[in-house]
Amino acid sequence: MTLDITGLRVSIGGKEILRGVDLRLQAGRVHGLAGESGSGKTMTGLATLGLLPHGARTTGSIRLGERELLTLPPKELNQVRGGRIAMVFQDPATSLHPMLTIGTQLTEHMRHHLRLGKAEAKARAVELLGKVRIPGPEEAYGRFPHQFSGGMRQRIAIAIALACSPEVLIADEPTTALDVTVQAGVLRLLRGLCDELGLAVLLVTHDLGVMSAVADEVSVMKDGLVVESGPRGRVLREPEHPYTRALLDSLPDAELR
Amino acid sequence: MTSLLTIDDLVVEHRSPGRPVVRAVAGASLTVRPGEVVGLVGESGCGKSTLARAVCGLNPVTAGSIDFDGQPVTPLGLRRRKLTGIQMVFQDPYASLNPRRRVGDQIADGLRTARDTATSPADLLERVGLPREFAGRHPHEFSGGQRQRIAIARALAARPRLLIGDEPISALDASAQAQVARLMRDLAVESGAGLLFISHDLSVVRLIADRIAVMYLGKIVEVGDTAEVWANPRHPYTRALLAAIPQPDGLGVLPEELPGDVPDPASPPSGCRFNPRCPLVMDVCRDKEPDFGPVACWLHEPK
Ligand SMILES: Nc1ncnc2c1ncn2[C@@H]1O[C@H](COP(=O)(O)OP(=O)(O)OP(=O)(O)O)[C@@H](O)[C@H]1O
Ligand SMILES: Nc1ncnc2c1ncn2[C@@H]1O[C@H](COP(=O)(O)OP(=O)(O)OP(=O)(O)O)[C@@H](O)[C@H]1O
Ligand SMILES: [Mg+2]
Ligand SMILES: [Mg+2]
Repeated sequence: MTLDITGLRVSIGGKEILRGVDLRLQAGRVHGLAGESGSGKTMTGLATLGLLPHGARTTGSIRLGERELLTLPPKELNQVRGGRIAMVFQDPATSLHPMLTIGTQLTEHMRHHLRLGKAEAKARAVELLGKVRIPGPEEAYGRFPHQFSGGMRQRIAIAIALACSPEVLIADEPTTALDVTVQAGVLRLLRGLCDELGLAVLLVTHDLGVMSAVADEVSVMKDGLVVESGPRGRVLREPEHPYTRALLDSLPDAELR
Repeated sequence: MTSLLTIDDLVVEHRSPGRPVVRAVAGASLTVRPGEVVGLVGESGCGKSTLARAVCGLNPVTAGSIDFDGQPVTPLGLRRRKLTGIQMVFQDPYASLNPRRRVGDQIADGLRTARDTATSPADLLERVGLPREFAGRHPHEFSGGQRQRIAIARALAARPRLLIGDEPISALDASAQAQVARLMRDLAVESGAGLLFISHDLSVVRLIADRIAVMYLGKIVEVGDTAEVWANPRHPYTRALLAAIPQPDGLGVLPEELPGDVPDPASPPSGCRFNPRCPLVMDVCRDKEPDFGPVACWLHEPK
């Protein structure tokens, strides 16, 4: 499935936050999105799911295949959200309900969207927890979010997003709370889902190493606009925009490369 | 020089009804000297936040000791903790800022703690790279990285003698990370405070830490000068960690993960805690825990 964002503009309280964003996600490909803090990466993801803050004004187009999402009635948008498009939020607290066990949170959506029975849903949930490298997944299934570390909560949020086999995954900084070896596992998982199941991924990350490891295309945002976009190798090795170049030059070990 | 913070053989457990006890910190020792930056790194879930929270008196200590300025750290009420000179920037910037109060007022609390009447909240916002007028806004109006900077500004306002940053810059873009990390380092070092800096971003740790401590499943497995550890990592876990840093070379190479399952602190392996995943495992590693430093590995037993 293809997700096409064209000319997306968002303003909140008269302030223009996105000023015409164009991005294209394709089945089986990871589109990496980097950019300045506050440049509008999260807002772009939220707009795709119709989750912008109250009072936000949106124009432009976001098409999932043939369907325009921006004008979709709320009921149909709900079907798309969580089912066909899923999001891993930058703030894991948004993805996780503090009072419900993670097992309940994982299976709830599956039973609803995939119409699975209780036992089947649990088996799939435990498998997913193992895939995101949660130790003792059987036992973890019955625990509450606060009983996990920050990085574990982030991985649980990824498992929840993947629970309903979405076609499009928007992952907003999904590995910031992970050490590099566990991160390697999660990146391999995402890459595998793209290659084997044709998942389309928007990977928001400020880590250009992560970008280089999994992204096929790379876009860079600044001040509500995509300032550079292209194949990974080109953008990371021959950046055209001064901001992209500045990002690469500012890496602590830039002088070593 | 005497230490500002001395953690000795610390054990911290999480207990919840009907669940096995989770020994999140299982005999960890670490020191931070005045004016020193110590980077604490390790696998997700290995106990870094639990250790940091124990230092702040927020998690009860099961065994071992934590001394700050020669005084044992005990669980405290919130008011007294503010006066002890330890400030922590929490891992989750969404949860640690009060959503109902303007960020300027929250920073002003810290300034009052330090009896600082010369600095304004807007000055601090400026120092962490945010516009002065943000002081009048509420936390939900900010992006993830902006919130982290606000949390840092609030902690710095109190002029702590020990600053603990638990993933304090994880949401910032690469250029801002280096800048804010340097700022934290400079402010700590200039005022003679200590900084315990927990981060998964090894390139930033390398940039600002004098010493680096590597934690695995509740224990510190290697400590050393940052440059030395970087140039010559000795514990097999440290080696695996440094080898898994993804390089921004544009080549699309997926980094290696550690073989084997991520261990569960509720049922740690016997012997060396790393032995089931260690490429260099020997017989002794399965039987006896290497209880020594600076490298807790049978290949590096002190003579
Ligand atoms: N509820 C809100 N009301 C008004 N402005 C907001 C609101 N939420 C975010 N903003 C502003 O919108 C801009 C874009 O924010 P967004 O969260 O998309 O940034 P980002 O690129 O994801 O940054 P980061 O890398 O720090 O997460 C920021 O300048 C932010 O201050
Ligand atoms: N309140 C709690 N109840 C039970 N177990 C807990 C609780 N808090 C943490 N744990 C467990 O303690 C262990 C250590 O958690 P901690 O948060 O200290 O890890 P961490 O090193 O900070 O990880 P991360 O890098 O992911 O933030 C984990 O196995 C976690 O599941
Ligand atoms: Mg964001
Ligand atoms: Mg933590």
